[in-house]
Amino acid sequence: MAVFEHDVLVIGGGLAGMRAAIEAARNGADVAIISKLHPMRSHSGAAQGGINAALGEDDSWETHAFDTVKGSDYLADQDAAEILAREAPNDIVELERMGTTFNRDEQGRIALRPFGGAGFPRACFIGDITGQAILHVVFEQVLKLSVTIYEEYYCTSLIVDDGVVRGAVALHLVAGNLVPIQGKAVIMATGGLGRVYQPTTNGIACTGDGMAIAYRAGAPLQDMEFMQFHPTTLKDSGVLMTEGARGEGAYLLNSAGERFMAKYAPEKLELASRDVVSRAEQTEIEEGRGVDGCVLLDVRHLGEARINERLWQIRELAIDLANTDIVHEPVKVRPGAHYAMGGIKTNVDGASPLAGLFAAGECANVSVHGANRLGGNSLLETVVFGRRAGQAAARYARETPARPPLSEAVVQRDQEFIETVMERAGSAGGDGDRPAAIRHELGEMMRADVGIFRTGERLAAALGKVAELQERYQRVRLHDTGKVFNIDLVSLFELSFMLDIAHTMVAGALAREESRGAHTRRDFPDRDDERWLKHTLAYCTPEGPRLEYAPVTIMRWQPEVRTY
Amino acid sequence: MRLRLKVQRYDPAGDQAPRYSDYSIDVPEHATVLDSLLEVRDYEDGTLALRYSCRSAICGSCAMRVDKKACLACKTKVADLVKGEDHEILVEPMGNFPVIKDLVTDMTAYWAKMRQVTPWLQPVGPEPEREFLVPNEAMMDLARTMNCIHCGACVSACTVLEVDKGFIAPAALAKAYRFVGDPRDGLSKDRLKYLSDVPGGIWDCTRCNMCVEVCPKDVRPMDRIMQLRELAVEAGVAAGTGARHGDAFAGSVRRLGRLDEARLLPGSVGFWNVPRLLSEMPGALRLFRAGKLPWTHALPWHKPIPGIKHVRRLYDSIRAERKGKVSP
Repeated sequence: MAVFEHDVLVIGGGLAGMRAAIEAARNGADVAIISKLHPMRSHSGAAQGGINAALGEDDSWETHAFDTVKGSDYLADQDAAEILAREAPNDIVELERMGTTFNRDEQGRIALRPFGGAGFPRACFIGDITGQAILHVVFEQVLKLSVTIYEEYYCTSLIVDDGVVRGAVALHLVAGNLVPIQGKAVIMATGGLGRVYQPTTNGIACTGDGMAIAYRAGAPLQDMEFMQFHPTTLKDSGVLMTEGARGEGAYLLNSAGERFMAKYAPEKLELASRDVVSRAEQTEIEEGRGVDGCVLLDVRHLGEARINERLWQIRELAIDLANTDIVHEPVKVRPGAHYAMGGIKTNVDGASPLAGLFAAGECANVSVHGANRLGGNSLLETVVFGRRAGQAAARYARETPARPPLSEAVVQRDQEFIETVMERAGSAGGDGDRPAAIRHELGEMMRADVGIFRTGERLAAALGKVAELQERYQRVRLHDTGKVFNIDLVSLFELSFMLDIAHTMVAGALAREESRGAHTRRDFPDRDDERWLKHTLAYCTPEGPRLEYAPVTIMRWQPEVRTY
Repeated sequence: MRLRLKVQRYDPAGDQAPRYSDYSIDVPEHATVLDSLLEVRDYEDGTLALRYSCRSAICGSCAMRVDKKACLACKTKVADLVKGEDHEILVEPMGNFPVIKDLVTDMTAYWAKMRQVTPWLQPVGPEPEREFLVPNEAMMDLARTMNCIHCGACVSACTVLEVDKGFIAPAALAKAYRFVGDPRDGLSKDRLKYLSDVPGGIWDCTRCNMCVEVCPKDVRPMDRIMQLRELAVEAGVAAGTGARHGDAFAGSVRRLGRLDEARLLPGSVGFWNVPRLLSEMPGALRLFRAGKLPWTHALPWHKPIPGIKHVRRLYDSIRAERKGKVSP
């Protein structure tokens, strides 16, 4: 069996993964990226509105860091938030020099637009295709550096040898065989888990693979109960309408045509932080002031020219997916599952507690977002902490002595799993569910019971539902028993990862008896710093997640009452 | 609504040639072709292979041919396609790409061609202290091309690629424009020379407009190729047959108000390029025999059409307008 070998192995070809690969390559490491999609297909490309950096004349990195900490409802680690804000301007300028076509102001400098929860206009943008435009430029740099890309290789597990991560096992989709890929250091950068919910803004590929794989390998997942619901997503499809729309001045209206945010955030109105706006919308809808289960996003007053210059993508999406031309009428939107604040616990250099494993981007938890992320900070996190993880992983690989090559046995467990499900598919009379049936039930349950407003009762029921679905998963039924491009098999792996991830989210939410950021308990409506100003850590055990707690790093800013 | 789909299938493990599977499913009114295919894959037939991810026309995974037209499955609504109860939507993989399995195609050549145009910014000179200072208009112009999601629909529909596998093709050439047109790039002229000289370069497009018609992101790749041609001429690096063909074409119309086909060929390849002229003769004879080249057109004595001065006035006014234009 051919065993591939590299200094640094990056799992995931989105912005965080590619930025990490670039930095590791610059530091002299032999780097490879494994990605289940071609890197240009990554969901980083779907980020629309902007990427934050304190580039404005009156702005400062300290203000950016404070806004981030306040936005996090004081759960962010302040050392990490400071690094994020302090290093942002350099990373943005670097992206610009790589070729990013940022919109400009009259002097030709990078233009800035206001974003939610921010004290100054701080979001750099390319119309409303910010993620796509940056993703493509970063991919160009990966090509320039000739980084090895294992494209359409689906990572199924980590190889852990004597407590140290030494590589990964991946399914080569075109050939259909499992291959071990050795790496002295492994950087997990697989992005989000939005597909645990239904509907979600996330792409179909966002199934939390990397988080689950790291969790099973022994790394703790941190703050998994905090899920961001984006205030403006389309009704049927769940597709995102950028926060940039409100940044440009859009209104949110209820059925009476009122700008209802005045009641909930008298100062910031539509530009309060996302948890505040989503809760307000949900309240309006539940109290009978919604329109068709939604509220209205109105950009008409911006005029067609500005919409075409700065919001062309969402105009087209709303026409295609909601039959609404936002130039002429408001579009129905509602809060939708969008971003996992939680993830693989790392330090500020991306290192997880598991030796040899690093993580960056949405699948990681540094933690800069705490209980609620600010818009424009996720793209920023991918470049700042992707870079730092790449550098640290290259250093770790350099300092790690060579070890004997891996044996073929490392693929055995995944191979046996594949053989089992293939055999079951071949045998007649099985009564198992299709993976999609279990996935849909999971998504519905997460939306209903682990949504914007939560109660202990519903969360306890959710825990039972996860156990039931996990039990049914044992008999799940595959259709495709072929080797070539077997996405049916991939969906089986994805589902098992999603079930594990959902388990940590529900367990964390049930345990956390307070309301903080995006986690709102109707039975515990207040923030409780005395008992709960701490991170949740979930460790994998055969019985499910074991929860532990860790202190939050508080430096300049003591927790205060949070209003917008 | 009830929907009938006919999907092209191919599994290299068992099939000698492509075959078709018919599916009949229920989908909501607002369903897209992608939603429908996923419904099939999830419940009816899990062996169906296709690529997908974002379902919002940004990741570029799900380009395929639907009722013979290249499109993104996630951007194409079934309700817009169905014409009458018997309508069966035909779904096939992209054209001009080898098939791996079912609707999944091998894009290796696509990415290789993108690499061929040196797809990264190459600034020359000292780095600025902070960002490059550039006008917003220049960035907005590029953003239109950056809107390309590399789905491959234009390549699927490209008629030149059908006969010439070496054509760099619309997507990669549009990508090349994104750097040539970037005021921060220092090697635009070298890029233009390469794109002009290389076999399969900018002069091999036949302007059939198919790429413009199918592009789901309004990148208008052919227009970008035409911009590259103009810039190559302006930069004085377009010395090949393609550029001369354009000159001969435009000159003929200015002179006569019509094409002087007898002079077009020598004008394009050079009057003294006897071997090349001779090599084109069999083709001309075949055209003649098939009635595609009326003999009157083959003779080199034509008078200008009546009202030629109006044609020349058009030329003059376009030239005057161009003078005011800035080159990159």
